[in-house]
Amino acid sequence: MSFFGFGQSVDVDILLNDADSRRRAEHKTEDGKKDKYFLFYDGETVSGKVSLALKNPNKRLEHQGIKVEFIGQIELYYDRGNHHEFVSLVKDLARPGEVTQSQAFDFEFTHVEKPYESYTGQNVKLRYFLRATISRRLNDVVKEMDIVVHTLSTYPELNSSIKMEVGIEDCLHIEFEYNKSKYHLKDVIVGKIYFLLVRIKIKHMEIDIIKRETTGTGPNVYHENDTIAKYEIMDGAPVRGESIPIRLFLAGYELTPTMRDINKKFSVRYYLNLVLIDDEERRYFKQQEVVLWRKGDIVRKSMSHQAAIASQRFEGTTPLGEARTPGPLSDSGNRQLRIKSNSSAEKGTKRKN
Amino acid sequence: MSDTAVADTRRLNSKPQDLTDAYGPPSNFLEIDIFNPQTVGVGRARFTTYEVRMRTNLPIFKLKESCVRRRYSDFEWLKNELERDSKIVVPPLPGKALKRQLPFRGDEGIFEESFIEERRQGLEQFINKIAGHPLAQNERCLHMFLQEEAIDRNYVPGKVHALASHCVSGCAAAKLPVVSLPST
Repeated sequence: MSFFGFGQSVDVDILLNDADSRRRAEHKTEDGKKDKYFLFYDGETVSGKVSLALKNPNKRLEHQGIKVEFIGQIELYYDRGNHHEFVSLVKDLARPGEVTQSQAFDFEFTHVEKPYESYTGQNVKLRYFLRATISRRLNDVVKEMDIVVHTLSTYPELNSSIKMEVGIEDCLHIEFEYNKSKYHLKDVIVGKIYFLLVRIKIKHMEIDIIKRETTGTGPNVYHENDTIAKYEIMDGAPVRGESIPIRLFLAGYELTPTMRDINKKFSVRYYLNLVLIDDEERRYFKQQEVVLWRKGDIVRKSMSHQAAIASQRFEGTTPLGEARTPGPLSDSGNRQLRIKSNSSAEKGTKRKN
Repeated sequence: MSDTAVADTRRLNSKPQDLTDAYGPPSNFLEIDIFNPQTVGVGRARFTTYEVRMRTNLPIFKLKESCVRRRYSDFEWLKNELERDSKIVVPPLPGKALKRQLPFRGDEGIFEESFIEERRQGLEQFINKIAGHPLAQNERCLHMFLQEEAIDRNYVPGKVHALASHCVSGCAAAKLPVVSLPST
């Protein structure tokens, strides 16, 4: 992002040292487009170079200083002027002087804390970026490079099922059950609806995933609800004693982890909404919050050592509050997250009866 | 070689259904027919009544079958009572057709056959929509409208509860969290 004044005399670029090996992740921009950005985790070092290319090699560039910053900020759309920076690191690359030829300046931000996940929402945006600035008397030359940060968690120790009986006296009684209360982003919601009493004429039943983005505090709280998914689970009229199964694969939907009170500025929470619709289009519904979390990838031998450490550091960064602090990496470098081959089967059979 | 844990997607255990529940009549049977319009009276004191026949197996209704005669203003009365006392959004009635009641019309006005048929259909839709609404089923005015010979306009408005002897199988708890109230 540069300012137009006398025209650009220099091209500024920010390059990462591990650009070849570092993975990229897709992230939605504010206008809905999807772009790929370098993916970082909490604790990883951000290192690279700022390269200056003089457009006219004979002209020298006078400047008041060159620096590079690593910034994590929250921007509320209704209050664009104020950026809330929760991470702000700066490295001076050059003192005021002259640049006579194209050159590159190395930088390294070691083990940067990136406590929150990148998020672009309806009313708020949280982003991380590098910003290189060449200060000048009249207009600075600025170049920004966005990166994407994912926050990872492990399988929660406690993940009870959700089971509840709800209804309208003498008209409709159902018992619904979801196998877990916390799901990772590629998980499957397995559940069932059991009809205890049906005295209304039901036409069909669906389950919706609702995302609620909350911005603001105190009296100025604003909730933005967005139905991410609508999935019909039953067509036709059930009778007493029938069980309708639910199997909803989350990987097909655009979901983020649950974010609670991020830097006291915003929250993103997810709800399952069970909706029954009767013959006269009346809707009966029950909303239930579920916690979504992002599972780290299996550590592969090809991943950089740093990324491997980072993907297993969870102190204080998980929304679940229950992840363990893993010990040091074993020699094989193949320290898995708590994924044992039969653990999911175990969890699957733990049902309250 | 990546080794992703495969999620367990097996169905949750459920109780087998009782066959009498599976193949028996559903507990939500409710049908109301409006038919047999008849114009009574003479001259300007004429009005049309309709037969309102109800068949149901819902326990909240005292009679499983009932048949009464009602006129358009009775439906209006019911609509007003429900709008005042219940929280539901009451569906619209077919029109009042005031224009048809003006003199010097070429046709029979409100006693025109086609008009009566149109009105009959509208009233049938109206009453079925209302009677199936769980909140409306609690109102005394609806029960009086459907199952009592005459409407007592001086009645005491109130709520109707299901008979005390009725019990719901499988529901041990008396108090259940309520499904959020239906809209419309």
